[in-house]
Amino acid sequence: MLRYVIRRLVVIPVMLVGISLLSFLAIHLAPGGPISVAADLNPKATAEYRERMVRYYGLDQPLHVQYGRWLVRMSTLDFGPSFAPDGRQVSDKIKERIPVTLTINVLSMGLIFLVAIPIGIYSAVRKDSWFDRISTVTVFTGFAVPTFWLALLLMILFGVKLGWLPISGLVSLEHDSLSLAGRFWDRARHLLLPVLLAGFGGLAGMSRYMRSNMLEVIRQDYIAAAKAKGLGERQVVLRHATRNALLPVITILGLSVPDLLGGAVIFETIFAIPGMGQLFYQGVMARDVPLVMGILVIGAFLTLIGNLLADVGYALADPRIRTG
Amino acid sequence: MAGASSNFGDFLRRLARNRLAVAGGAVVLFFFVLSAFPNVFSRHEPNRIDVLKILSPPSADHPLGTDELGRDVLARMVYGARISLKVGFVAVGIATAIGLLVGLIAGFYGGWVDAILMRFVDVMLCFPTFFLILAVIAFLEPSIYNIMVVIGLTGWMGVSRLVRAETLSLKERDFVAAARAQGAGDARIIFRHILPNALAPVLVAATLGVAGAILTESALSFLGIGVQPPTPSWGNILTAGKDNIEFAWWLSVYPGLAILFTVLGYNLLGEGIRDAVDPRLRGR
Amino acid sequence: MRRCLLHLAVFAAFAAAGSVILAGCAGEKKDGAGKGAAGEAGPPAYGDAIVYGSNGDISGFLTAVTSDSASHDAASYMFNGLVRYDKNLKLEGELAESWEISPDGKKITFHLRKGVAWHDNVPFTSGDVMFTYKKMIDPKTPTPYGESFRQVRRVTDPDPYTVIVEYDKPYAPALESWGMNILPRHLLEKYPDIKQSPLNKSSPVGTGPYRFVEWKPGEKIVFDANPGYFEGKPFISRVVTRVIPDQATLFLELKSGGIDTMTLTPLQYSKQTETGEFRNNFRKYRYLSFVYTYLGFRLDHPFFRDKRVRQAIAHSIDKKELIDGVLFGLGREVTGPYKPGHWVYNPDVRKYPHDPAKAKAFLAEAGWKPGADGTMEKDGRKFAFTVLTNAGNESRSKTAAIIQQQLAAVGIRMEIRTLEWAAFINEFVKKRKFDALILGWSTGPEPDQFDIWSSTKTGPDELNHVGFADAEVDRLLEEGRRTFDMEKRKKAYFRIQEILAEEQPYVFLYAPEALPVFHKRFRGIEPAPAGIGYNFIKWYVPGAEQKYTSFQ
Repeated sequence: MLRYVIRRLVVIPVMLVGISLLSFLAIHLAPGGPISVAADLNPKATAEYRERMVRYYGLDQPLHVQYGRWLVRMSTLDFGPSFAPDGRQVSDKIKERIPVTLTINVLSMGLIFLVAIPIGIYSAVRKDSWFDRISTVTVFTGFAVPTFWLALLLMILFGVKLGWLPISGLVSLEHDSLSLAGRFWDRARHLLLPVLLAGFGGLAGMSRYMRSNMLEVIRQDYIAAAKAKGLGERQVVLRHATRNALLPVITILGLSVPDLLGGAVIFETIFAIPGMGQLFYQGVMARDVPLVMGILVIGAFLTLIGNLLADVGYALADPRIRTG
Repeated sequence: MAGASSNFGDFLRRLARNRLAVAGGAVVLFFFVLSAFPNVFSRHEPNRIDVLKILSPPSADHPLGTDELGRDVLARMVYGARISLKVGFVAVGIATAIGLLVGLIAGFYGGWVDAILMRFVDVMLCFPTFFLILAVIAFLEPSIYNIMVVIGLTGWMGVSRLVRAETLSLKERDFVAAARAQGAGDARIIFRHILPNALAPVLVAATLGVAGAILTESALSFLGIGVQPPTPSWGNILTAGKDNIEFAWWLSVYPGLAILFTVLGYNLLGEGIRDAVDPRLRGR
Repeated sequence: MRRCLLHLAVFAAFAAAGSVILAGCAGEKKDGAGKGAAGEAGPPAYGDAIVYGSNGDISGFLTAVTSDSASHDAASYMFNGLVRYDKNLKLEGELAESWEISPDGKKITFHLRKGVAWHDNVPFTSGDVMFTYKKMIDPKTPTPYGESFRQVRRVTDPDPYTVIVEYDKPYAPALESWGMNILPRHLLEKYPDIKQSPLNKSSPVGTGPYRFVEWKPGEKIVFDANPGYFEGKPFISRVVTRVIPDQATLFLELKSGGIDTMTLTPLQYSKQTETGEFRNNFRKYRYLSFVYTYLGFRLDHPFFRDKRVRQAIAHSIDKKELIDGVLFGLGREVTGPYKPGHWVYNPDVRKYPHDPAKAKAFLAEAGWKPGADGTMEKDGRKFAFTVLTNAGNESRSKTAAIIQQQLAAVGIRMEIRTLEWAAFINEFVKKRKFDALILGWSTGPEPDQFDIWSSTKTGPDELNHVGFADAEVDRLLEEGRRTFDMEKRKKAYFRIQEILAEEQPYVFLYAPEALPVFHKRFRGIEPAPAGIGYNFIKWYVPGAEQKYTSFQ
């Protein structure tokens, strides 16, 4: 177990170096390099300002020194001030946006897990049944429907026509004057649609993966052996097959981090949620290089952490590794 | 694997038994025909503006209504199908080509070449793809070419992993050894013997990839950096429709459903192909 | 508030119009739907909140160092200038009680209001005005609005309630320029760059009718009424601006009650708000704003160097179709840089009615003949060019599409390229890398447009990006800004409009109407030439109709 985790941990620095190299290259390949964009955006950018930027990015240094600095800054999460008119530190901006995005992602991942696993199991057990077909079409519909369109349709239905849910935002205006339970309920109502949407889009991947794992496991000898022993189908499926089919699913959770982050751009924009996706989109549109680089690197970190957690989870759950 | 390509008839028969895959294939085919002969399906020009007919509901002359500039929605949908499918196919073509090359090289040569290429793939996979696409397109310019190229350049990693895995197992097979014994060079072995046998999973990945690229284009359109108007794409018709979603339902419902059905169609077809190629391949 | 941004708005539009144009000032007509209900409610009452919906977040609180309309709107609740425009667009005192202009027009003496306090209870004095002036001319202050303050020779404050400003030459926009928000010296003194100060970023302190409560970036900005405001405590207790980036979401929020007011698009105004339910809950307003859209030519471009070509294009464009198609009739044709109704607006300039035959004749005169495919040709070169405009502005891209079709009818091929705002301005406009462009200007009541039309203002960071140069216009621009005599000014600007109409450096297209909508519980909104925001502190919600009652 420990050996396995350590082996996984050893890969992390290699990946970090890779991420830093790739992002470093990206900055320097950006048209005009880092300062030209900043100076362009600000007509009042004086020579002095340019010089400050040159020094900040160390552009007067040889490349390897620049890279060394980038590495140091990256490891301290210091991405410098944003080029946006407010000129705030990129790390501060990300810090205030990241909790919302993570909350929604974790919740929708939980939702995916809860819904997709049973669907996957049942459609594998009843392969080619009507349930299998209908659930297949349904989960793929979730993947295939353009998120922003479905979001608007749901807003019209639940927000305008029925008036059950708020349209957008995180909390209502009178949030602060509510009781503790009231505040919780208020937040939950605001998060419901975004989480449902993010979850609906991710169902397909997870449930199909679960289904095919399950199919593979069912075909294994020990399942046949269990059946031969006279155990009921229900018991065989739940006790033996599911446990083994679930294992690889843990790893796919880690892999879905980048997709969920990418999807955040769309639903945070449509639901007016001040998260990292929206911030990234605004940064990109304003050619805010430090912000864009900061979020890309943080996004990569998050993926890395997601993968690591998945690996550890896998190791904890799989007896072969646990004892190995 | 070698059996799959030689028994093409078996493959088709297995595919035809899968009703969902057949339905998916039918949808895919339908939009293909539509985009191949746009002028057959629409009497109007897609960019013909008529200020007097802005946002008219469906009628005999305009079966799907008109848009916010009085242009015929059917014509824009049909020509938009062409653009949207083109984005899907070119992007996937690029992704597949790169993925194949990287996967074949990494799998065939192994060792440090493999290690470096696969670590590179791992690193690329760490960055949220949609973030990368957004960043590159906004910094360049949202032309249809840039969109296709960027979606392609950020979508090859999965293919390369698949191909590498296939290559690793294929290169140990007898027919490779036989070819080598006859004095075939690396390039010949890779492209004549390994590549054709590794194509099946690639076909599945590509089918799913087309669907993904069409969705990505619509998401980019929503953000204002997809295919630029007046060139029609399903994504930008839908985006124009969203601002009139309650008043002019026809402007969002048709492109929305077109995207939905097409993406669904490609997915069901892709799954079907995967099952039909080799039952063992499921779920990879 | 949303009141006039004074003359500063000229630049503001250029820098910020990428997202939204919202610089409405002058009011003309109120929509019939809203009439009547305004007066019959109960007496003015304190309380309730108004929730604005905005596409964009603010970038800071100090207008000296921000240039987007969202930030300027937010600042208008918290800060005051020495002067402001009243409902009829006449300058009146705000922090200044009164002023005198010397007979030679070179000296203005402001008498400041006594008993005004900053939100932290420190008294406001002439020291704050002196400080603001110094910051505006300080090269360390990254402000786009320094120009009019650099015209000043010196500023003195003989006592805490008097400020004397002297100019080398009479400068007509001078008085208006003192509408600039006055900054608190006691809080800003220690910051060399006020843009980096906490006052700009997190904790603004002003003298205005509302006090800052909180700013959650990307989410909302909140202000509470200032009970000690020198013109009396505003009735509405709280002002919230919610940031909602998507236009469709914004509209759904309005309908579901999540926001109380927004700016409608022409399409929403004319097609989506005509239901009985909407009329029962909201009141719409429309008035011509100080904004116009134009098609500008790079004047040293080989095609557009020839005046006859520009005039031919003017004749090929059907402005009526543009206004119908883009604005659903909610706008006016313009023939020059001033909107109809402005005191210097000249109605009798050369007009270019839609006339494709005439356009072809002009083109023929300039040497352009129809080629085999119908496209005009000259010396073997086809008449094909690219027009640039910014992405994310639906009116402009629609305008481009319609003009494309109109020009095709006379054999001119126009390609459209939409560019993201920052790239558009930096890579193309500033570097003069364009054939033609579709853009808009947001002007104001002050007619001085030296920055846009002077031949000395053609540098990369300056605003005469088409490269217009005309000796007579240069002279008239100077004349217009160097006298306070309204008649003389009017004459100068009338002539400028004649020349611009003749030369057509731009085809002046249309001025859109501002289309705000408010929930009907708000009373006291009275459209005037200055728009609707000028009397915000008098708006109220009758006690029985108040919606948000948890804060007072």
